[in-house]
Amino acid sequence: MNIRAIRLFAATVLFAPLLAFGQKNSCVECHNQLDDELKAPVAALAADVHAEYGLSCKDCHGGNPDKDDLDLAKDKSFKGAPKRSQIPLFCGGCHSDAAAMRAFNPALRTDQLSQYETSRHGQLLKSGDTKVAVCTDCHGSHGIQSARSPKSLTFPWNIPQTCGRCHSDKGLMEGTRVPTDQLDDYKASVHAKALFEKKDLSAPVCNDCHGNHGAFPPSVTSVASVCRQCHPSTGELFIKSPHKKAFDELGAGECEACHGNHKILAASTAMIGTDKHAVCGQCHEKGSRGFETAAELRRDLDGFETSFRAAADLLAQAKQKGVDVSDAEYKLLDVTTILVTAKNLTHGLDTAGIAKTISEGEASIAGVRTAGEKALDEARFRRRGLAVTTVLLALFAVALALKIRRMARARQMGDGPGGSRA
Amino acid sequence: MAPKIGKSVWNFLDERFLLSQLIAFGKKKTVPEHRHSFWYFFGGICLFLTGIQVATGAMLLLYYTPHVDAAHESIRFIMSGVKFGWLIRSVHSWTANILIGLLFVHMFSTFFLKAYRKPRELTWVTGFLLLVLFMAFGFSGYLLPWNELSYFATRVGTDIAGSLPFIGNWLKTIILGGPEVSQATLSRFFWFHVALLPLAALTLIGIHVLLVQTLGMSKPIGERGTKDIPFFPDFLYKDALGWTLILVLVGVLCVFLPWEIGTKADPLAPTPLGIKPEWYFTFMFTTLKIIPPHVGFIEGEKLAILGFMAGGLLWMMIPFLDRRAGREKRSPLFTWIGLALAAYIAVMTVLTYALPKL
Repeated sequence: MNIRAIRLFAATVLFAPLLAFGQKNSCVECHNQLDDELKAPVAALAADVHAEYGLSCKDCHGGNPDKDDLDLAKDKSFKGAPKRSQIPLFCGGCHSDAAAMRAFNPALRTDQLSQYETSRHGQLLKSGDTKVAVCTDCHGSHGIQSARSPKSLTFPWNIPQTCGRCHSDKGLMEGTRVPTDQLDDYKASVHAKALFEKKDLSAPVCNDCHGNHGAFPPSVTSVASVCRQCHPSTGELFIKSPHKKAFDELGAGECEACHGNHKILAASTAMIGTDKHAVCGQCHEKGSRGFETAAELRRDLDGFETSFRAAADLLAQAKQKGVDVSDAEYKLLDVTTILVTAKNLTHGLDTAGIAKTISEGEASIAGVRTAGEKALDEARFRRRGLAVTTVLLALFAVALALKIRRMARARQMGDGPGGSRA
Repeated sequence: MAPKIGKSVWNFLDERFLLSQLIAFGKKKTVPEHRHSFWYFFGGICLFLTGIQVATGAMLLLYYTPHVDAAHESIRFIMSGVKFGWLIRSVHSWTANILIGLLFVHMFSTFFLKAYRKPRELTWVTGFLLLVLFMAFGFSGYLLPWNELSYFATRVGTDIAGSLPFIGNWLKTIILGGPEVSQATLSRFFWFHVALLPLAALTLIGIHVLLVQTLGMSKPIGERGTKDIPFFPDFLYKDALGWTLILVLVGVLCVFLPWEIGTKADPLAPTPLGIKPEWYFTFMFTTLKIIPPHVGFIEGEKLAILGFMAGGLLWMMIPFLDRRAGREKRSPLFTWIGLALAAYIAVMTVLTYALPKL
């Protein structure tokens, strides 16, 4: 590869869009004069990722854009708009061709079509159901953006809406066993909160659990594997726990059995225990060993959380009184980590390990509490100091005021050293 | 024996420092007393607060570290680890703000009493320059804790300086010590704050006080039949009463609202919403925000900056422009100009906080 070839390639990539729009294109000329629906692709293509790489109408639809005559332009290479059932093959013509893709983006995968064929969408399309999603439903047709662009339909925070457009449509889903409340459920979940409120792009969206081109509902046995992609330590703990065998025997989907699927809420200690909000009671009957263990875990965790909140309240009080408690706040962050660890350990049902962790946490909390109490003592000392100083200064001010008045009276009586008339 | 030694020491010092003459001058010095003499006290209070600034600033130097990796931490240590560090820093920050507020009061009271008229023109000019210097103290000191607000406010402030025509980029680079707020900026601001500005301020304060002492206090135009009171001890006692009350106020503020440390500055973080400079710069800041992008053929922002500079210069030259006051005649035009300026500063400052999305 010589320097000249590299320069030529770079120039092609950089100036190709200009060339594409600069040279004659009878497709654009004609479609610009047509009705809205047939005119729209021209405007949309200007912002399309394919146009950025210098591709134009003929690269997908064939034909000869150099010709003004409609018949000559629509020569035998002209493919026109593909039928819906043909779209995966239409796009796959290039996107499955590693050699063709290498010229534009060597890092882009070329297995989308083969993945699609294994997906539920692909299987149904093959069986003749043309209502299922094809490439254009998720990516758009003439305004396709790179998945890295926040405007793209496949950018993480747009994916729930992209999938939900079909999956929330009761009419479209009629006759299938697929529910239509996933989008609403997802929007209420802790994952959606992380994505939409904290703008955390690593928060899972539909395709992180279901796959994208090979989208398929995870089976009961694979749900846990899906969750473990992001929650590995929790998964490891669960595998070692007695619950693993029990869940397998019951045919329950590990994580999903307690946490749900689309509407996964922030986990709290309220899920553990024996009251009506806890999930343990779903399987463990009153008086059973599991029931007692759940109650014990809840007691321990509640006690720890109460101590944690009390320490945090102490710091908040001291802070509100103007004492800097940032060191203690850092220590409290360590305790937060311990609390999360203790809660996570419940997945392994290691009661001894949980008790040990809580005990470590309690020791740290004691340190925070001491710092908080010291800070409150400091606040009281400051207020007392201020009171004493203010009283002393007030006495001094009163003495000065009296002295000033006495001097003014003396001057009025003509005794003072001043009093001269200007 | 002891009185004899004391007398010898006194004589030794008196011969060298002419103390007897100074005391005689102090005893003879008088201050006019009339219905506006209340405003005389603001000069003394400002001087008192400057003294507090010097004392507390010197103490803070013991623990403050002017480095981007340690500045914020050292302030945190001062506030929580150093005995009475919280008090020293809070006193320093609160008195700095009160001082600038009172400098404005002192300046406008001097203006409305027309105390700048002949022969006190230079007292006014040095006073105005001192206000500018103290605002520069505030600007440089604001960055020293290296927290998020001060970091971004400095960036915004220096960007404004950078938009000046012709010298903008050069000036911005000089202030920042480079193209952006960095260690070089912190070092410079520290040097401005503890070396250059104090030296300049002490020189100007010296001239200002010397002029006040030699020329005496100005009587308002048309104020007849005023009597004089001795400076020592009568006026000084009244001054001391004001200082005492200010001390109580500062104490209450420091205990109930200790000066915040803020979050450590992160140069890679996005600029937080609603960033604004210290309150005494907000009238200029809001003007820059509301001025149209273009006024005639010139950029609005540049026009506003040039306007502030020209306005400041004219304000400093007021004693030489107000000829009527120089002839001991009332000058209502200048009084109205002063009122308009005071109202403009007050309205713009209030707007900054009342309508932050302006």
